[in-house]
Amino acid sequence: MSALSIEALKARFGTVEVLKGLDLDIDSGEFIVLVGPSGCGKSTLLNIIAGLEKPSEGRIEIGGRDVTRLAPKDRDIAMVFQSYALYPAMSVRKNITFGMECRGVAKPEQHAAFERVEQVLRIGHLAARRPGQLSGGQRQRVAMGRALVRDPLLFLFDEPLSNLDAKLRVEMRMEIKRLHQRVATTMVYVTHDQIEAMTLATRIAVMNEGEIQQVADPQTIYDEPANLFVARFMGSPPMNTLPVKLEVEAGRLYARVLDDDKTLARLPLPQRAEDVSTYVGQAALLGIRPERIALGGHGSNRVTALVEMTELTGAETMAFLDIAGTKIVARIAAESRPALGERAEFSFDMRKACLFDSATERRIA
Amino acid sequence: MANANTPSRTGRYTFVYPVLFAFAAFFLVPLVVVVLNSLRTFEEISQTSVLGWPRNFHWQNWSEAWSGYCFGGVCAGIHPYMWNSLLIAVPATIVSTLLGAINGYMLALWRFRGASVVFAVITFGVFLPAQMKLVPWAITLRDLGLSNTLGGLVLIHVIGGLAFTTLFCRNYYVNVPQDLIKAARIDGAGLFVTFWRIVLPLSAPILIVTVIWQFTNIWNEFLFGITFSEGANRPVTAALMALDANIAQAREYGVESAAVLLAAIPTLLVYILGGRYFVRGLTAGSVK
Repeated sequence: MSALSIEALKARFGTVEVLKGLDLDIDSGEFIVLVGPSGCGKSTLLNIIAGLEKPSEGRIEIGGRDVTRLAPKDRDIAMVFQSYALYPAMSVRKNITFGMECRGVAKPEQHAAFERVEQVLRIGHLAARRPGQLSGGQRQRVAMGRALVRDPLLFLFDEPLSNLDAKLRVEMRMEIKRLHQRVATTMVYVTHDQIEAMTLATRIAVMNEGEIQQVADPQTIYDEPANLFVARFMGSPPMNTLPVKLEVEAGRLYARVLDDDKTLARLPLPQRAEDVSTYVGQAALLGIRPERIALGGHGSNRVTALVEMTELTGAETMAFLDIAGTKIVARIAAESRPALGERAEFSFDMRKACLFDSATERRIA
Repeated sequence: MANANTPSRTGRYTFVYPVLFAFAAFFLVPLVVVVLNSLRTFEEISQTSVLGWPRNFHWQNWSEAWSGYCFGGVCAGIHPYMWNSLLIAVPATIVSTLLGAINGYMLALWRFRGASVVFAVITFGVFLPAQMKLVPWAITLRDLGLSNTLGGLVLIHVIGGLAFTTLFCRNYYVNVPQDLIKAARIDGAGLFVTFWRIVLPLSAPILIVTVIWQFTNIWNEFLFGITFSEGANRPVTAALMALDANIAQAREYGVESAAVLLAAIPTLLVYILGGRYFVRGLTAGSVK
């Protein structure tokens, strides 16, 4: 069953088109993460799904029911906000039961629902406190409790972890994931953090400039980004792109890395020559993830690069390289220390290399 | 350096403090004169001058001013007029503050179409001089049948105060996170439930400010009081004027001083009780 279905959705504020005709279908039980840079329209989309903002055009169905014109309270949704939006003057218990009170749920039922949520989130001991007396993680939990207590068709999360420190963020991320596994309710989660997107989502929708760039499971988004934007937005550091010339030899496809007319390397590609036939002999962009580049190594897939800088992160070393004027990043073993300002040989693991059309920025193969 | 701008210790004692004390004394002179005169007898003041230390503390001036002194042909002191002022100031303060809070809430948190225009128009009232409104109010009160009634003055102060209370509250509510309203909408709380249950409990600082502001202004207001009331319906400010204007007899400076001080007590009390919120509330959100 489709839990959420969005058709040809447009949103305009004055003359600014924030959403440019979106289509999205989400199955029941999915965890969809909307990810994109600030201003890409992801929060507007979430607000429109919630009914807090009106679309200029298009249609929204939740659980098979057209809700485009319904008020937020009638959409059977619950939402967790970045600022938590807990009511400052109410106790934790009131915060969680306020919605039921507004809907006229009987007191004993309110009580039972609170008990249920309080056990899931371990916030019973906080029931009498005000939000101001809670830590960030506790507030986060209460905010989730307020959403959970409603037992909705759809959970909406608006960057819920952005206000937490790094350690707590990882903890709460796991907690949200566990929650999803437990309640199995459909979730739509907005974030600008691609790590959150990768770790939480069953499917990711990458957005930019009011359009959905790609919707796919995390692995596909990472390995087969639909275009350069997705390739560069997802992954940290982002995917490297290197101008190359495609050629075929003995039925195999190769990418030639050139410095003016001088060939720096000839790298074998995993793609089949037939699939990219129109590009053979032409220029294209080679996409390769930083972790696919190693210092030294054997074999023929080696490229000489100028080492401009290195950054130690503990688990690995980031090497910032220059290949014929193109800046790329390699994620290499922590103990390897290429000399700065000198040339070194790096081997490219080409098994997951991508090719992009440099004009349309779309992935060729 | 953190202390670069603060004067040295010696500079503070030899220059800053003496100057501050001199200014403070200067500002306090009128009050001291009035307080001292309120404790001197009629004879003492008329035989010497209005400046002087009481020979003995003549407390009768105060009771005379409160309930005995005659003006306008009634010998009940100023207390009936204090009561009038209270009957005007309390309801007008409460109603204008509540309406201002609702206005501010709507203008800041519900951002309906044209909200900024409505806000600009309401705020315009802050800059209208009272004299300009005298004739329109005279006509309005006459047509409503409220001339020379306490209710008429309440109405004037409610409407006149709305510009200020709306301005204060709107600027305070602008800093209330919009997410709270969104959360309430998802929870199914309507406009007024959201106001009453979520926004109003956060409003104590600004409500105290508006209450102090409104109460002080309404209590001290003179022009409308003297124009639109007479006789027993006068607020205390207008009554004090009548007391002053009693030219048939010699000026009772002692009693007048006591009456003026009595009339100032309510606003003083309000300020003492809520004053520390006043500056805090007015500047809320301006420094972040």
